Amino acid sequence: MTDAATPSPPRFAFGAALKSAALSAVVALGLFGLMVGIRTETGPTGSLIYWTRFGDVALLVAAVFLGRFLRVLAFGDGPIRLQRLVPARWQEASAGGERFARLMPGRNLGGIFSIALLGFALVAPILFFNNRYALDLGILVLTYVMLGWGLNIVVGLAGLLDLGYVAFYAVGAYSYALLAQNFDLSFWVCLPLAGILAAFWGLILGFPVLRLRGDYLAIVTLAFGEIIRIVLLNWQNVTGGPNGISSIPRPSFFGIPFNNDDDGFAAVFGLDYSATHRIVFLFYLILMLALLTNWVTLRLRRLPIGRAWEALREDEIACRSLGINTTNTKLTAFAIGAMFGGFAGAFFATRQGFISPESFSFVESALILAIVVLGGMGSQLGVAIAAIVTIGGFELFREFAAYRMLVFGGAMVLIMVWRPRGLIGTRTPSVFLKQRKAIAGALVGEGRG
Amino acid sequence: MTALLEIRKLEAAYGRVVALKGIDLDVKAGEIVTLIGANGAGKSTLMMTIFGYPRARAGTIRFDGRDITAMPAHEIAKLHIAQSPEGRRIFSRMTVFENLQMGASISDPQHFDDNIARIFALFPRLKERINQRGGTLSGGEQQMLAIGRALMSRPRLLLLDEPSLGLAPLLAKQIFKAIRTLNEQDGLAVFLVEQNAFHALKLAHRGYVMVNGAITLSGSGEDLLKRPEVRAAYLEGGH
Ligand SMILES: Nc1ncnc2c1ncn2[C@@H]1O[C@H](COP(=O)(O)OP(=O)(O)OP(=O)(O)O)[C@@H](O)[C@H]1O
Ligand SMILES: [Mg+2]
Repeated sequence: MTDAATPSPPRFAFGAALKSAALSAVVALGLFGLMVGIRTETGPTGSLIYWTRFGDVALLVAAVFLGRFLRVLAFGDGPIRLQRLVPARWQEASAGGERFARLMPGRNLGGIFSIALLGFALVAPILFFNNRYALDLGILVLTYVMLGWGLNIVVGLAGLLDLGYVAFYAVGAYSYALLAQNFDLSFWVCLPLAGILAAFWGLILGFPVLRLRGDYLAIVTLAFGEIIRIVLLNWQNVTGGPNGISSIPRPSFFGIPFNNDDDGFAAVFGLDYSATHRIVFLFYLILMLALLTNWVTLRLRRLPIGRAWEALREDEIACRSLGINTTNTKLTAFAIGAMFGGFAGAFFATRQGFISPESFSFVESALILAIVVLGGMGSQLGVAIAAIVTIGGFELFREFAAYRMLVFGGAMVLIMVWRPRGLIGTRTPSVFLKQRKAIAGALVGEGRG
Repeated sequence: MTALLEIRKLEAAYGRVVALKGIDLDVKAGEIVTLIGANGAGKSTLMMTIFGYPRARAGTIRFDGRDITAMPAHEIAKLHIAQSPEGRRIFSRMTVFENLQMGASISDPQHFDDNIARIFALFPRLKERINQRGGTLSGGEQQMLAIGRALMSRPRLLLLDEPSLGLAPLLAKQIFKAIRTLNEQDGLAVFLVEQNAFHALKLAHRGYVMVNGAITLSGSGEDLLKRPEVRAAYLEGGH
């Protein structure tokens, strides 16, 4: 926001850019002349043979010249600030909730957008009933929305950088798989158990890291994630090791299986049998779980514990001096965040029917964290949009296979340059007093929460 | 009568660096006591140690006759000791109102309206800025908020670390006046750490001077103001 206000420094003149580019080209020539220009290799007889590649050098030097020239012309000699390429008026318009609120009287744009998004999610299975691919993608996106919202409690609200979130996802998945297979428990019994077990592991992680912050915390959580994965990989007789667990019970509609039998879902409800019924059910199941995560988070934000999380993120010493029990605050953040990870894991297991440690690698943690950071660390809507963009984008670029990561990384950099604090970086106050003037007792009481 | 806060032979250290070397200090009920001293003397450390972090290595801290030396910070706060630590430490992304709510975390919600009304009477400026984010307040307003936030827990003893830091003289005066009002109206005991020795000593009933982790002088505020060693070390160059 401040960037829009600062006048952009005078652009560098054409001549200066040329000079700077020429200088860079000379340096490039010096560097690449030998490194690229002369290629040596051991010949068939063991002697050294070499040949020249001056054409390549010329190309490289030209590229450096052009790149430097354009860079200096556009940004000057200072740091690259892509914001400058975006017209000031756009920046204004995109500057987040506060401005939206001013543009739209009454309900803000974020609220309208949330409702539209939710409405779309609710009718999506009907719209795409015949499109199995779209439904599967929707389920995938919603899984990440839920994981993002779960991690958001830990990272976005409580400010505890957790690089091992996938561990709880794994605990949930394996809990469900093992409980359902060995004890023949239904999904609805296993789901809370998986959540509780994951929360328990959240506490196990929470205790040793109570005193850690920032980088150190990140490293320990990263190690924790790896430990869980390696245990799953090596504890052969329980987890099946690298082979994982297969034929995990599929979900039933509260006891009614999704099959073509006489007591199957289609028969009971008088429908023609279709394999899509189960997919639609899964879609609504994950949508419900994600909404539960969101609802609980929004509720907690208004309660003392949620506010303590947010305060902890801002200043631990201040929290302590206000009598907030920082130990409990951190542990509950870890446990509740982990619990939702566990729920998502149970869902993942029942949806896939097969799990193995491969699904719970560090990349997964990184992806979920990326979603939270992109979304704006603490904004529920932001995280949802980030999940849609990230996972959707991943699918979109599936054809480009090798370049997918590159595009993903590039997009991430661009977004962070454009919105350093994430898509929705402004924090919405959990209470907002409408009349500034009349702050009598009655009004204050309303916001006590 | 025994003192409200009674510190005896208190020692604290950061690793091997001993920061407090046997402090004796009292704050009686209804009293303003100030602690002055050079940078790095250990004033903030003393305030933090009273609040349980860092832990005392030796000695005792008693509040209202109760030994609080080994208590965790959140238990200490429940005894109605409030602290406004050095550097204000406002929750900058939260609004003024939310900051005040955080201050009320441990107090009975029944008194919330009452408390907030008292704070707005003391600092009307905060009332005007109720929905503004803490981080966008001016330095003086942030200080008011820091004190107000601490007051939300209805303390019997208020610990203030350098409330006038970085404030223009006029604003500093306003803060000191607020402290006096609190003390006179509600009988609030205040333990005040200050660099601004002149104003602090004028305001306080009693004062202590700390040098290198030890108390070297103590006495009534007026007394200390007249002491040549205090004048030389802390009041040189006027006020
Ligand atoms: N967290 C810490 N770790 C190690 N040493 C510390 C720590 N905090 C303070 N110290 C050291 O303890 C000593 C006392 O510091 P303290 O902050 O209590 O001083 P102070 O009197 O409040 O100074 P000032 O007036 O500058 O605020 C200093 O030498 C300081 O370097
Ligand atoms: Mg200090």
